[in-house]
Amino acid sequence: MQKLGKQTIKFDTPPTILETACIAGPKEADGPLAKYFDQCLEDEMWGEKSWEKAESKIVKETVNTLISKSSIPSEKIEYCFAGDLLNQCISSSFGLRELNVPFYGIFGACSTFVEGLQLASVFVEGGINYAICSASSHFCSSERQFRFPLELGNQRPPTSQWTVTAAGAAMLSKSGPGPYITHITTGKIVDMGIKDANNMGAAMAPAAFDTLMTHFSDTGRKPTYYDAILTGDLGFIGRDILIDLAQTAGYNIKSVYNDCGVLIFDKSTQDTHSGGSRMWMLCKCFFRLSF
Amino acid sequence: MNSPIDTKKDYQEYVNQKSPNSPIWKNCLNAFWVGGLICSIGQIIFSFCMYRGLDETASSTVVSILLIALSAFLTGLNIFNKIGKIAGAGSLIPITGFANSIVAPAMEYKSEGYVMGVGAKMFTVAGPVLVYGISTAIVVGLVYLIFNTQAVLV
Amino acid sequence: MEFWQSFDWMLLIRCFVVGGLLCVIGQILIDKTKLTPARILVIYVTLGTILGGLGIYKYLVDFAGCGATVPLTGFGNNLAKGTIEAVKQNGILGAFTGGLKASAGGIAAAVFFGYIASLISKPKMKKQ
Repeated sequence: MQKLGKQTIKFDTPPTILETACIAGPKEADGPLAKYFDQCLEDEMWGEKSWEKAESKIVKETVNTLISKSSIPSEKIEYCFAGDLLNQCISSSFGLRELNVPFYGIFGACSTFVEGLQLASVFVEGGINYAICSASSHFCSSERQFRFPLELGNQRPPTSQWTVTAAGAAMLSKSGPGPYITHITTGKIVDMGIKDANNMGAAMAPAAFDTLMTHFSDTGRKPTYYDAILTGDLGFIGRDILIDLAQTAGYNIKSVYNDCGVLIFDKSTQDTHSGGSRMWMLCKCFFRLSF
Repeated sequence: MNSPIDTKKDYQEYVNQKSPNSPIWKNCLNAFWVGGLICSIGQIIFSFCMYRGLDETASSTVVSILLIALSAFLTGLNIFNKIGKIAGAGSLIPITGFANSIVAPAMEYKSEGYVMGVGAKMFTVAGPVLVYGISTAIVVGLVYLIFNTQAVLV
Repeated sequence: MEFWQSFDWMLLIRCFVVGGLLCVIGQILIDKTKLTPARILVIYVTLGTILGGLGIYKYLVDFAGCGATVPLTGFGNNLAKGTIEAVKQNGILGAFTGGLKASAGGIAAAVFFGYIASLISKPKMKKQ
């Protein structure tokens, strides 16, 4: 592999995304992307006793689905990169404890899935045959950990976003028919001082902008090179901000760019305010088309 | 065209102008009638207690307990958060909001056990209210003790 | 019923308006500032305690009845009122016992009913 510019790595033998799997909750199943999920749940508990146990089960079943879809036996999988939003990555570590695969627990909040894909790609480029990446989130467990109890009678402002209940996983392999991960550009931490916990899109957009601009300058490409450019969970406000910021930098990304947080829910009927959050499993579309 | 992310201040202003505001008139109207209604229910209970011969302090306590019980009941039925979503401060500011802020975490943390879950986490939202309310009251008592007067107005 | 004949309807209207307006002020704080609900409750209870301690809040109680006592400022006022009465009787000890004594009913009820609700009920996923 070789380093391009400041933050980009170009792979000599690009890793393939062999197979993907995704299980999503009932609200996501009502959204416009339902037909792409391998399984939709009818309730958020899925027969478990707590939201956290339910999330663990979603992770476990998603990875099982991935393994059976790809027909690669689990003994052949060499590494697993998994993360979620909870303390000590409990949903991933409990969900995957029976997998018996060397495990890297990662935390990147909204970027966990792509973080896992990047790390796994480097491993595969380094000679590994098969690696799994997974990420999960659960609306109820996130509300408890980061916001308020579900039964608290508070109002959500129009800029707030809705954490998706779902898990996604991808199998990376040294060889295969594609899609390939040809380049990775790792973002820096960009903090523009937004303190409003109910406006995450605005807080994250400058970092997305910085990464995107670095990617363009490192690779020498233009937005028109891509079929699609997708971000994870900027939501409606963050998406518009990113389009604006790119415009001021002289890039028109409007025709190819979209945000998974905007795509997952139907704003007019589902009342999620500024769109979904933490859309890791959708990053499969992201890579197939763009990077 | 200047980039809005040259400085943090510019970006904050740009974000403020870009983000939709809360529908404040609608919210205030809902807060007004729900809040007024809750207080009116309290007033009817209060007057009824007075009518039945209770003194003012006892009647006032009965009002608090009944409204708290009502709020706990509605929270337990998973209804209070739906009222709160519409009413906002209308159900938060009356004593019902205080009760909800104790009942909601009690229910939420049940999965962490009855002692360190329900028992300990019950006050995650309402705890500060008691801390600041009681502390302020003690300061008020000490100030009263020193000056032995209820300030200038009385 | 005799009770309704003795009922002060004008007081009820004043109660509705004052209680409603106190909530509107809270709503403006929620929408115009980034204060969380817990902070707003703290501001209300502290303000109520101070106004009660200064002897101002009781005029609002006289005017609006439960419109002033049911909002959380009334809870604060109750704390201050109880403290001052206890200070009059017991001196410095009263400063520590009076507030909680006056509001014991509400706090105990909230704790008790909160515990009962957690025994018999489970949190449910919000639909929106």
